[in-house]
Amino acid sequence: MSANTVLYDHPGPRARVRNALLTVVFGVALAGLLWWVYAKFDQAGQWEGALWQPFTEGATWTQFILPGLRQTLFAALTGMVLSLAFGIIFAVGRLSERRWISIPAGAVVEFFRAVPLLLMIFFIFYGVPFLIQGPVPAFWAVVAGLTLYNGSVLAEAFRAGIRSVPSGQSEAAYAVGLRKSQVMRLILIPQAARAMLPVIVSQLVVLLKDTALGYIVAFPELMQRGVNDLAANRGNIVAAAIVAAAIYIVINSLLSTLANWLDQRSQRRGFRAQRRIATGANRAGGVSVVEPQG
Amino acid sequence: MHVFADPTNFDAYVSSFLWILKLTGASAVLALVLGVLLAAMRVSPVPVLRGFGAAWVNIFRNTPLTLVIFFCFFGLYSTLGLSLVDDLDLNNFWLGVIGLSAYTAAFVCEALRSGVNTVPAGQAEAARAIGLTFAQTLRIVVLPQATRSVVAPLGSILIALCKNATIVGTIGLMESSNVMKDLINSNGDAVIPIFLVFAGTFAAFLIPTGYFFGWLANRLAVKR
Amino acid sequence: MRMKRVAAAAAVAALAITMTACGGDEGNGTSSSGAKGIVGKAESQKKLVIGVKADQPGLGLQTGSQYEGFDIEIGKIIAKGLGVDANNIEWKTTVSNNREPFIQQGTVDLVVATYTINDERKQKVNFAGPYFIAGQDLLVKSDSTIAGPEGLDGKTVCSASGSTPAKRIQSDYPKARLQQFDSYSKCLPLLENGQVDAVTTDDIILAGYAAQSQFAGKFKVVGKTFSTEPYGIGLKKDDKDGCEKVNEILKAAAADGTYKAAWDTSLGKSGKAAPELDTTKLTNCGSV
Repeated sequence: MSANTVLYDHPGPRARVRNALLTVVFGVALAGLLWWVYAKFDQAGQWEGALWQPFTEGATWTQFILPGLRQTLFAALTGMVLSLAFGIIFAVGRLSERRWISIPAGAVVEFFRAVPLLLMIFFIFYGVPFLIQGPVPAFWAVVAGLTLYNGSVLAEAFRAGIRSVPSGQSEAAYAVGLRKSQVMRLILIPQAARAMLPVIVSQLVVLLKDTALGYIVAFPELMQRGVNDLAANRGNIVAAAIVAAAIYIVINSLLSTLANWLDQRSQRRGFRAQRRIATGANRAGGVSVVEPQG
Repeated sequence: MHVFADPTNFDAYVSSFLWILKLTGASAVLALVLGVLLAAMRVSPVPVLRGFGAAWVNIFRNTPLTLVIFFCFFGLYSTLGLSLVDDLDLNNFWLGVIGLSAYTAAFVCEALRSGVNTVPAGQAEAARAIGLTFAQTLRIVVLPQATRSVVAPLGSILIALCKNATIVGTIGLMESSNVMKDLINSNGDAVIPIFLVFAGTFAAFLIPTGYFFGWLANRLAVKR
Repeated sequence: MRMKRVAAAAAVAALAITMTACGGDEGNGTSSSGAKGIVGKAESQKKLVIGVKADQPGLGLQTGSQYEGFDIEIGKIIAKGLGVDANNIEWKTTVSNNREPFIQQGTVDLVVATYTINDERKQKVNFAGPYFIAGQDLLVKSDSTIAGPEGLDGKTVCSASGSTPAKRIQSDYPKARLQQFDSYSKCLPLLENGQVDAVTTDDIILAGYAAQSQFAGKFKVVGKTFSTEPYGIGLKKDDKDGCEKVNEILKAAAADGTYKAAWDTSLGKSGKAAPELDTTKLTNCGSV
C-alpha cells in the first residue's frame, strides 16, 4: 500500500489551511533551530577560515582524506566478500541435516550476532596475538571483526531466503537427479540471494559504516586519517568531522540508491511474488536481519 | 578467573554493564518516541514534515554511529554549550543517550514505515470512508496493525542498540569495551577469559532477547 | 560430499595459517657475521621497522606519508648507527596499548614512541636509553590560574583513556574530574572552548601541542612536573646486544652533537634549548 495516497484524502479547504499552518509553524521552528546552531557555531569560531582552509589545500586531500577513504573502501570491500562467503557457508551449515554441523554453525552465528563489534575488534587486535604468537595487523583485526559480525547477520538472511524458496523447487531438482550440493548451489542459493537482495545490500551499508570503528586500533581509514590525524596536524577537529560525515553520507547514499535500483529491477522481472514469500517467512521465523550496528 | 576475583576489577565489570543497561534503556524509550514521530512525519500530508523526516533518516542511517556520538560531544556539548548535568560521567551518559536515540530513531522510523506498508490499503480506505482524520486513521487503524508486524525488526533494533551502547565509550564513559581494554592491558596473561566474560555477558542477555522477540512476533503476527 | 569437502578445505586453510604464523620469525634471522637481533637484521637486510606515534606534534606526527618529530630523529640516528639508510626505515604507527605486543611479536624492530621505561614493561621488553627525561605536567589556557596538580580540585582534566597519566590523576588527585579520550588531540579543542580546565600528559608532548601554529599563544605548559618519565627505546627482551649497541649509538650522538641537532630540527623549533643527554644514566640492558 502506498501510504502517502491512501492514508488521507485529497485536502479540502480546511485541511489546506491546517497543512499550510503546520508548514509555516514547523518551517519557522526548524529555520530558527538551524539559525541558532549556525550562530552558536559562529560564536565558537567554528566557521573561521583557518579551520576550513585546510580543505582547500590539495595536500589535505591527497595525504589524509583520500588515503583514508581508500583504506576504508578496501577494508569494506574485503569485508563484504568475506562476509558474503561466511554468510553462505554458515547458512548452509545451519540448515544441514547433520546435527554435528548445524548445531555448531548455529552457535557461532548466534554468538557473533550478540557480541558488539567494538569488543570483537579489541579482542582480535589485542588478544588474538597472544593465542597465535604473532601480530595481527590492524587491517585484519578490522576485517575479521566485520566479517564475523556481518557474516553472521548475512547467514541468517541467507537462511531465511533459502527457506523461503518454495519446496517444489528443490523437489523438482532432486527429481531431475541433482545431488544435494548441486541443489543448494544451483537452485536454492541463487534464488535466496535474489529474494534477500535488499536486505543483503543494506547490511553491506552497515558494514561500510562499521569500518569507522577501525580507528580504535589505529587502522588508517577515513575516521583515523581524515578526522584524528588531520586534526592532530591542523587542530580543526569539528570541521574535519563534518567533512568526513559528508563523505560517509554520500558514499552510503550511493550504495542505498544502488540497492533500491536493484530492488526495483528485480521486481520488474517478476521476483515480487517470491519476495513477499521471503519476507513472510522471515517474519514467521522471527528473524529480522537488518541490524543497525554502529 | 583470578582477574575478576579482585574486587576492584569486579566492580569495574559490574558498573560497566550497568552503564550499558542504562544507556540501552534510556535510548530505547527516546528512540521509540522519536521514531514514531518521524514515521508519522514521513507519511503525513505536510511536505515540510515529510522532507524533515526523510532528511533525518538519510543523514543518521548513513553516518557511522561513532561520528554521531562524536558530534553530540563536540557539537552539542563543546560548541553549542549544551551541558545537561554537572557530573562529568552523567553528562557524557546523556550526550551518549541523545546520540544513540537520534541514530536508532532513524531505524525505528524505517521499520515502522515498512510496517505501515504491510497493512492492506483497504484498511485505511475503510477508515477514511467512515470519516476518520489522518491522525485517527493512523492511531486507531493503521499503527496498531503495523506495530504487530514490526515486533521482530524492533527487537533486532533493540539488540543492536544495546551493542551500539559500547560506542559511547569513545567519549570517555567507562562502559564495557573501555573496561575490557583496560583489563586486557593490565592482565596480558588472561586475555581469553576476560574476553569470554565480556562477550559472554552480552551473549547471555542478547541471545535470549532475540528468541523472545521471535516468539513474540510469531504470537502477535496478524493472520491474513 | 559437499560439506566434507568444505570442512577439508577449511582444515587445510587453518593449517596453512598456523604454518605461516610459525614461520613468521625469519625476519629476525642471523646475519653472515652471526650477530642476532636488530644488529644482525640491520647487517643482513639493511632495513629496520621502527614503531612511532603518529599524533604527537614535535615528537612523532604523521604528516601525510611522512613522519616527523624528535622520536623520528632519534630513530634515524639509531638506524644510521646500525648502518641502515634513512630511506630504508619503515615507520609504523603504534598506539600506547600495542607497543609491547608489537615488539614481542616482531611487528617492529624498535619502538621510539614516548615510551616510558618502567619495571612492569621491563618484564616484557628490553629498554635502551633513556634518551630523554620527561615528566607529567599540565597544559592550561594562557590566562589560567592553575599552578600545579594541587590546583585541580573540582576542575576537569582531559587525558588519554587508560593511560598512565590518567591513572595517576585518578589515584593521586581523586578530586579532579577526569575526561578520557582515545587521543590527546581531542582534548585540545575542549581546552580551547573551556570545557576542560587542563590537559595532562608528559610535559614534552604538551609542549609539542602548545607549539602548533593554530594554538599559538593560547595555551601554556604549567612547568611543574609531578612524575619522572624516562623515555627509552624498546627492543625484544632477549636482544641484549642490540640494546647495548643502541646505547653506544646514543653516547656517540651526545658526544658529536647529532643528538642536539635532532632536538633543534624538531622540538627545538619551539624555542626550548636542547637538554643535556646524561649518558651515565643509560640502562644496563637487563644485566644484573
